[in-house]
Amino acid sequence: MANKTKELFLKTADVIIENKNYLTELDAAIGDGDHGVNLARGFKKLKDKLENGSFESRSEVFKLTAMTLISNVGGASGPLYGTAFLNISKVIADSRLDLEDLVEISEEAIAGIQKRGRAEAGEKTMLDTLIPASESLKESRDNNLDLDTALKNCLQAAAAGMENTIEMQATKGRASYLGERSIGHQDPGATSSYLIIETFIKNSLK
Amino acid sequence: MGKKLINDPDNVVKEMIEGIVMASNDRLEKLDGYNIVLRKDAPVEKVALVSGGGSGHEPAHAAYVGQGMLDAAVAGDVFTSPTPDAIFEAVKAVDSGNGVLLIIKNYTGDLMNFEMAAEMAEAEGIEIEQVIVNDDVAVEDSLYTTGRRGVAGTVFVHKIAGAKAASGAELKEVKRSAEKVIKNVRTKGVAINPCQLPAAENSTFSLAEDEMEMGIGIHGEPGTEKVKIKKVDEIVDSLLKDILTDLKIKKDDKVALMVNGMGGTPLMELYIANRRANNFLSNKGIKISKNYVGEFMTSLEMEGLSLTILKLDGDLTNLLEAETEVNLLK
Repeated sequence: MANKTKELFLKTADVIIENKNYLTELDAAIGDGDHGVNLARGFKKLKDKLENGSFESRSEVFKLTAMTLISNVGGASGPLYGTAFLNISKVIADSRLDLEDLVEISEEAIAGIQKRGRAEAGEKTMLDTLIPASESLKESRDNNLDLDTALKNCLQAAAAGMENTIEMQATKGRASYLGERSIGHQDPGATSSYLIIETFIKNSLK
Repeated sequence: MGKKLINDPDNVVKEMIEGIVMASNDRLEKLDGYNIVLRKDAPVEKVALVSGGGSGHEPAHAAYVGQGMLDAAVAGDVFTSPTPDAIFEAVKAVDSGNGVLLIIKNYTGDLMNFEMAAEMAEAEGIEIEQVIVNDDVAVEDSLYTTGRRGVAGTVFVHKIAGAKAASGAELKEVKRSAEKVIKNVRTKGVAINPCQLPAAENSTFSLAEDEMEMGIGIHGEPGTEKVKIKKVDEIVDSLLKDILTDLKIKKDDKVALMVNGMGGTPLMELYIANRRANNFLSNKGIKISKNYVGEFMTSLEMEGLSLTILKLDGDLTNLLEAETEVNLLK
């Protein structure tokens, strides 16, 4: 299980590095233009550490990811993603994950980001991708959907959440300085969160 | 992509820190493995001051390390907060057992990273306090923003809290002095040309040939409005009006005035702005006790300037004038 998680994070790192300029462009429109550069630096470091390490459990991989991002990304995204992955490392088991587990994991991640960032849904942040994704998982669980369908719905909800940030006015982070001028731009944090979820889900659907 | 006098974008901060230490004539040192500048004689038997933030604002913050000001400055990547582990290392390196004050500029990233570092220090039994500088009047301080940004006024916090700490004051008193500065300092800036990050392909924002951005932030964040460029006297008047209104400055008040270049502005232009600022304040009967002109808090090669006013009383004046080995604030 640890190896599969390691592979997932290696793929995620590649996706973030590939999208470095895209994320940076989104950030230049409403922030300070470093989101892609910062995340790519952290994920590059993570790649080195993953490739050179062996891991016993999923939790270990999540913990290493968290600590590497916290100490290499900087900005706001380092502590936010770091805290999210650290929270996941505290609850994730090595057994086969069911929908109930995924709901718990997503809630832990969101709780970490909310505590660190003091943000709510609708403020044009990464939470606007993550919260709809988590809500979708809950809905699928309540409706007893099978895992593959649930993951597909979750991905759709995450994409819709990301796209909805275009119409939102930022009230947290650097984009908040723009006030109404932040409307009309997709949030870079919501976008990187989508890319991470997309990589995880697409590589889990086989 | 603009031209830059650098080697590798990934190494700009490290190479810069090494250069700063070399230029200090043995006063400063780099903490091994981190982009941290320390007083060479750290830890000193007093309250220690640690500040820092993203790089690209030189001389902030590394050049403010020295007797009478900071004990350590932590440099993040360009325009990016340093990470909690680095800040924690700086805290450990300068703490003499008398406690540490963190001086943080009000940005989401800085707050989170410094807060995590403070949690780590507390867990280690280090007495730690923090102050958050938010002097930029361009941002409306409301529930709908992250709050006002910390900009050039931060330098006055370094100077005055540094003098207080050097006097042997306790952590709580040093913090009170820092908070008093924060309450009495305001800044507003303007940019006529943007800056470009070493690792990015484009400028952080764009301005038309004849445009300027009033209320610009030190990372190129937008200000209050984009308008047609005017004569500098008019720009200075407009910036000062906003600052004075916000600070409720009246006739006979004493102030310190800082005219700060954003990195790409000729000194000639800063002095011309300073001339107007002096005349404007004198005409209103406001007394300028201290006047600083130069680069104190830059934004890479951005062309523009900011004006900072610190309202003084006897206590703040004494601390501002107290001895320091940091040349820029002598």
